[in-house]
Amino acid sequence: MKKYAKLLPFFVPGIALYLALFIYPTVTGFYYSLTDWDGLSPSYQFVGIDNYTNVAKDIIFRKSIVNNVKFMVAVVIVQTVVSLLLALQLSKQKKVNVALRSLYFVPTILSSVSVGFIWTFVYDPSLGLLNGLLEAVGLSSWTQNWLGDTGIAIFSIAAVQAWAHIGQMIILFVAGLQAIPEELVESAKLDGATRLQLFFRVIWPLLAPAAAIVVSYTTIQSFKAFDLVFTMTGGGPAYSTEILSTYIYNSAFMNYTFGKASTASVYFLLLISFITFLQFRALRTDRVSY
Amino acid sequence: MVLKWLGRLLLLSFAAVILAPLLIVLFTSLKTTPQFYANPLGLPESLSFHNYQSLFDGQPMWGYFRNSIVVTLATVGLELLLAGFISYGIMRSGKRVGAAVFGLFAVGLMVPSQVNMIPIYTFVHKLGWSNSLTGLIIVSASVLLPLSVFMLSGFMKTLPKEILEAGEIDGAGEWTLLARIAFPLSAPYLAATAAFLFVIVWNDLLFPMLLLNGKDKLTLPLAMLQFRGEYITDYPVLLAGVVVTALPMIALFIFLQRYFISGALAGSLKG
Repeated sequence: MKKYAKLLPFFVPGIALYLALFIYPTVTGFYYSLTDWDGLSPSYQFVGIDNYTNVAKDIIFRKSIVNNVKFMVAVVIVQTVVSLLLALQLSKQKKVNVALRSLYFVPTILSSVSVGFIWTFVYDPSLGLLNGLLEAVGLSSWTQNWLGDTGIAIFSIAAVQAWAHIGQMIILFVAGLQAIPEELVESAKLDGATRLQLFFRVIWPLLAPAAAIVVSYTTIQSFKAFDLVFTMTGGGPAYSTEILSTYIYNSAFMNYTFGKASTASVYFLLLISFITFLQFRALRTDRVSY
Repeated sequence: MVLKWLGRLLLLSFAAVILAPLLIVLFTSLKTTPQFYANPLGLPESLSFHNYQSLFDGQPMWGYFRNSIVVTLATVGLELLLAGFISYGIMRSGKRVGAAVFGLFAVGLMVPSQVNMIPIYTFVHKLGWSNSLTGLIIVSASVLLPLSVFMLSGFMKTLPKEILEAGEIDGAGEWTLLARIAFPLSAPYLAATAAFLFVIVWNDLLFPMLLLNGKDKLTLPLAMLQFRGEYITDYPVLLAGVVVTALPMIALFIFLQRYFISGALAGSLKG
């Protein structure tokens, strides 16, 4: 016990701040979700679970969930597949590989606001690089209003999210690949394995834990994306890119319905916990060792 | 053989996908507005720093830089101290107490900022900390504790216990052990965590947007959102803003790559 008394000073400042500015607000969030507070007036009514039924019926809320899922699925597929393919080329510790890994990592260190501006410009229908390039190579029919078309805007932003984070995922895959013993790869080659056999029979089973980390990190990261969507479209056009986090933000700070926004936050927390749980079940890989 | 060339083609194409948007932004920021509208995708005819000039003339850019630097350095410094203390405490506690403290913070890893941003906003306003850089620093440091405790205590677990025990036998108190042994031995880990946090805080939009509103208090990402309102039709100036705010980060990255990359590796494992 004496030992813990001596350690107490190390715990107290951090735990106190964490309880006051993280745990306490999270709990009061649940409380607000049961009220009709507008965020400004000093008084509010306790409305029970009204917000929960109203938000669940709200068409825009439902649309945000669908958009969130679209965004998440698109980002997870693109980000995982592209970073894996690139990491496979970059796993050897050669100078050119190290340089390429650094180059691919650069977007990760830029702010989402900068990335959002960069790509709003690239996607600009008349002045942007993307349509300009398509026209230059004779694919004028492929040009789009990338952020203005309600059918594709959410996927245009998903592509940017992947662009910004592939470099980070490459680092994870490369670490996984470098942990694979060289002898295994060599002996499989001596046994005459083709490159594809080598990948599917030897490398992939050993890389599965790294892949599980990439997929689960990407899922959560893309599910809670906010800055990029907020910067590029703010949820528009016609709510086609509204996701849960912009829905919460807009309900609270544009429409001043704090109670409703808090309810959406609780739903958001439940959804993200559910996804984490599903993933935990699905990706619980038995580590392979030879 | 075919696969090998396909692989190289893939590497080159992706390098182009990364570089092209960055270069077009740089080029555009060096064009005058008429040049840009005449030829939006071409190379700049001559280097014009006019956009940078008008950005710094029209905006208190140095003030924004100062705010971002103050907030980032103070938040990351405070964070390393708080989370370093807790991780040290976890390492030195017995199994049960250590696991309980770790568990308390692990709960926070599950809660994204979007979930508690509203109550944090109202609480900070009640405390009278709104529009204060100090308030933002304390809030950001508290909100990042789950992540940093996770990263640092993961690192510290790998420190050799014998050295600390030897110090204890020699009569060193906990503070001496922390300052003379645990922190110095963790220096590379502290640096990796710092680099990871640095990127998060420097680039954060949500909390500055919730807590700051005075023009003299804005951080760079927030200021950029405001520029957009002012330069909506003026891509060259807007993109000069992107270049100016990205440069310090890119310079840091070039010099401290190792820490950025090991930090990103450790920080991504929390999923």
